[in-house]
Amino acid sequence: MTDTLLRPGSGMLPGGPGEGMLVEVRGEGELRTQDMNLNIGPQHPATHGVLRVVIDLDGEKIVRATPVIGYMHRGFEKLAEARDYRQIIALVNRHDWLSAFCNELGVALAVERMMELEVPDRAEWIRVLMAEWNRVLNHLMFVGSFGLELGAITPVFFAFREREDIQGLMESATGGRLHFTYTRVGGLKEDLPRGFLAASAKMTRNVRVRNSEYRDLLEGNEIFKARTRKVGILPPDVALDYGVSGPTLHATGIAEDARVTEPYCRYDKVNVHVPVGATGDSYDRFQILLARIDASLDIIDQVLDNIPPGPVNVKLPKIVKAPEGEIYVRTENPLGQGGYYLVSDGKKNPWRLKMRTPSFNNISAMSYLLKDQLLSDMIAILGSVFFVVGDVDR
Amino acid sequence: MTESLLALDNVWLALLLKVAAIVGFFLVAPLVIGYIEHKGLAHMQARLGPMEAAFHGIGQLPADGIKFIQKEDIIPANADKWVFSLAPGVALVPAMVILAVIPLGPGLWAEDLDTGVFFALAVSSVSVIGILMAAWSSASKYSLMGGIRAAAQLIAYELPLVLGAAAVVLQAGTMSLVGIVEAQNDFRILGVVPMWFVLPQALGFLLFFVASLAELSRPPFDMPIADSELIFGHMTEYTGLRYAFFMLAEYAGIVVLSALAVVLFLGGWYPLPGVGLPSFDVLFLPGEVVAALAGFAVTMGKIVALAFVMIWFRATFPRLREDQLQRISWLAFIPLAILNIVVVAVFKVVA
Amino acid sequence: MPATLPQIGLLKGLALTLKTMLKPATTAQYPHVKPALPPRSRGVIALMEENCTVCMLCARECPDWCIYIDSHKEVVPPKDEGARARTRNVLDRFAIDFALCMYCGICIEVCPFDALFWSPEFEYSTYSIRELTHEKEQLRAWMDTVPAPPELEVGAELPKEIADGLAAARKAAEQASAAVTAAADAAPAAAKEGAGPTATAVEEDIHVEVQIDQAVFDQLIAEGKTERVARAKAKAAYVRAEKARIRAERESGQ
Repeated sequence: MTDTLLRPGSGMLPGGPGEGMLVEVRGEGELRTQDMNLNIGPQHPATHGVLRVVIDLDGEKIVRATPVIGYMHRGFEKLAEARDYRQIIALVNRHDWLSAFCNELGVALAVERMMELEVPDRAEWIRVLMAEWNRVLNHLMFVGSFGLELGAITPVFFAFREREDIQGLMESATGGRLHFTYTRVGGLKEDLPRGFLAASAKMTRNVRVRNSEYRDLLEGNEIFKARTRKVGILPPDVALDYGVSGPTLHATGIAEDARVTEPYCRYDKVNVHVPVGATGDSYDRFQILLARIDASLDIIDQVLDNIPPGPVNVKLPKIVKAPEGEIYVRTENPLGQGGYYLVSDGKKNPWRLKMRTPSFNNISAMSYLLKDQLLSDMIAILGSVFFVVGDVDR
Repeated sequence: MTESLLALDNVWLALLLKVAAIVGFFLVAPLVIGYIEHKGLAHMQARLGPMEAAFHGIGQLPADGIKFIQKEDIIPANADKWVFSLAPGVALVPAMVILAVIPLGPGLWAEDLDTGVFFALAVSSVSVIGILMAAWSSASKYSLMGGIRAAAQLIAYELPLVLGAAAVVLQAGTMSLVGIVEAQNDFRILGVVPMWFVLPQALGFLLFFVASLAELSRPPFDMPIADSELIFGHMTEYTGLRYAFFMLAEYAGIVVLSALAVVLFLGGWYPLPGVGLPSFDVLFLPGEVVAALAGFAVTMGKIVALAFVMIWFRATFPRLREDQLQRISWLAFIPLAILNIVVVAVFKVVA
Repeated sequence: MPATLPQIGLLKGLALTLKTMLKPATTAQYPHVKPALPPRSRGVIALMEENCTVCMLCARECPDWCIYIDSHKEVVPPKDEGARARTRNVLDRFAIDFALCMYCGICIEVCPFDALFWSPEFEYSTYSIRELTHEKEQLRAWMDTVPAPPELEVGAELPKEIADGLAAARKAAEQASAAVTAAADAAPAAAKEGAGPTATAVEEDIHVEVQIDQAVFDQLIAEGKTERVARAKAKAAYVRAEKARIRAERESGQ
């Protein structure tokens, strides 16, 4: 082989398709391949949403991966500055559409703590109940979509079967299937409808039974194990450096959970089990997800045993104004730690509402995780580092 | 019975009828498999699948076909137009050509070649050229990667496929597909119990079946088209009728490889090991035709059963990774297949 | 992982999919089978036009400003001879643009006169985005689909309307029985009950002739407020000051 034979543009396939992807020959028989630059997304079936990952590929191996975010930026934080608190609650459940209730809860808690409001006991318990149902909903979605990304098409349909039931349950209380808008500053919109608690108890049993189906279908599947074990290992220290939280962090073995370390609502009155993984690989992350569903169902059962009678709302003036000052509230959202930094100048809308969203930090670890992985593993990693693109961009 | 039913005196008429029969079967059988996939997959996922197009969605695939015909035929600006246009045909034709040698019932074959197995396997590997053509000419990185994966995969799995079939040829003592079916009918375990080759060749059958899954890029070996990674592999840039041709080629491939497995391992048109087909006259139909029809039904039943297993796998399993697939092929399947041949050969010589 | 022979995990999965296949599907054939939606479902907003007083609260509170209200003032002739004629607002247009609406339900919550309701109806998609703006006739038609609110869960506080009604009924019953049985016993209780309302009546008795507080007005103008705003605020300031003065006088008088 000589120098001139295979050089790009030297006549092998001039101007043909794939020019620039060609082999480049240098020196005597020494082959050097050119890296291929590939845009995964913003429209791509694996990125659920509009995440774009620019990767440099050497064959199927990823040399460099850069997540490019911002395709779904909707200026939520700026929008919040021009909205009153009730309107913010309606907006805040839209950026992370899979954890709507938990997001509303964070904002409501921030405002309540600023106003030093005493929220009725029953409302706090119902908040825990709803937040946990929302967590189950969210995790089911990711259980299904992770399977889908690895080519197992059935789990997602099973997940949606359960999601449908739970959404129906939550709809009967909140009126919404995705955007619940059920929290209000000082309590809840209204009390639960008759029969909700009984239906909840029945549903926890159903979902527990169905949860074993995912274990049969994916967790115990040898192909699934081969695809996910030792893939995308996230060491605990790196996870902390990137601020990764939620199930992704728990999989690394760190049991940091705001429900335990800094309990809000009535999480101090219930026994919260935080499952942790050992290696922090994709398989662990998936297992944690399934275990968290069970843990959430346990919390729901405890709530059902403890829910007291009483009002669900406190009487507030027509226009809610947070007093001047600032506060930071953190909550354990389904995807990780949610932070709500609220600065108020005493008006009816916040002066600034900064949100710390778990997805943003989780996706930050992507460059680290994707380096030197195979293209196929990239999908396994993208599916198991849990994020919602709306939550990344806000 | 070694004559095709269509072996008429007039050679040209016979040829015409054979071609018509093959094309007819080629167009209908994939639709049947496609429909079973639609419904089977749906019910495995607690869904109903197509329900609106005619009775329980029977008309769904013809309706899809009509839709594909109406769609705009887009050729990407940077594509190599000639290669791009030809690729679906190159992928499609081999499946049709193989059908010419596959016996679907007693007397139901177009040509009984002495080298039937060899011919079928040789032609089936032509379709990879179609895939490579499509992948290269699309001028899309996803297509290219899909094509390269497909090529690597098809080369890796051609070997266990051929070696699995070779063991059968060894046992039957003939390469003629009709001869292999007849040999299975005559085969007796220990000279007493009638059995098809599937039992003595269990390993071979398993290898052949799994290799044909990989050959067809069916889950869990669908990396070349892995929709969550490569959008749709070599078919990414295709639209309309050309895309429909690729889909038809995929399902025709399922039919052909299932039929080959049926012929090689599952006793072809024989309903049970050691049991023949009815060949008495029914009303105005001569016994020969009755046997042919019954044999066709039995063969189709077996093909559908194998296709169902493929669909079942698709519903259940996630996708493997390309390097894992290669490792399985080179480190497990090919040695096992060679071992299988050795064992069969030893038995053949000893018996 | 050189050899992956089918292992137990793979078979378990196969068994599960086969089992699912033999069970009836869970999906519903939507256009043929309608979903049963709970009464709280946020499907479409219905307008009880008769209750609307054009207070504009809904339009103002709407986070995405998708409610359009037009009205005019109408003079209603006085009921009694010699009384003042009253003006009232008449609703000309009430439209909700469902293409913009985010179904948060704030308008329904803030409506002080129960003119807006949720209905679970959801099948109003159209071929044209313009038809998604429902005018008041259409919104009124949705009223027919509004279900009764569900009963609340055990342990919940009674809804305000029912609680008030029950309290009033209990009070009426008590009063009736008290009047019949022992008038003497009931007298102190009645006096005690009467004390509340009279006390508030005194409060409302204060009447102030509206004037503009010139000092406040000037100050506001100096601050750069528009004349209209300044006038309104100055009036309010004057009324507040006057009321406080009169109240203080009365208290010192007592």
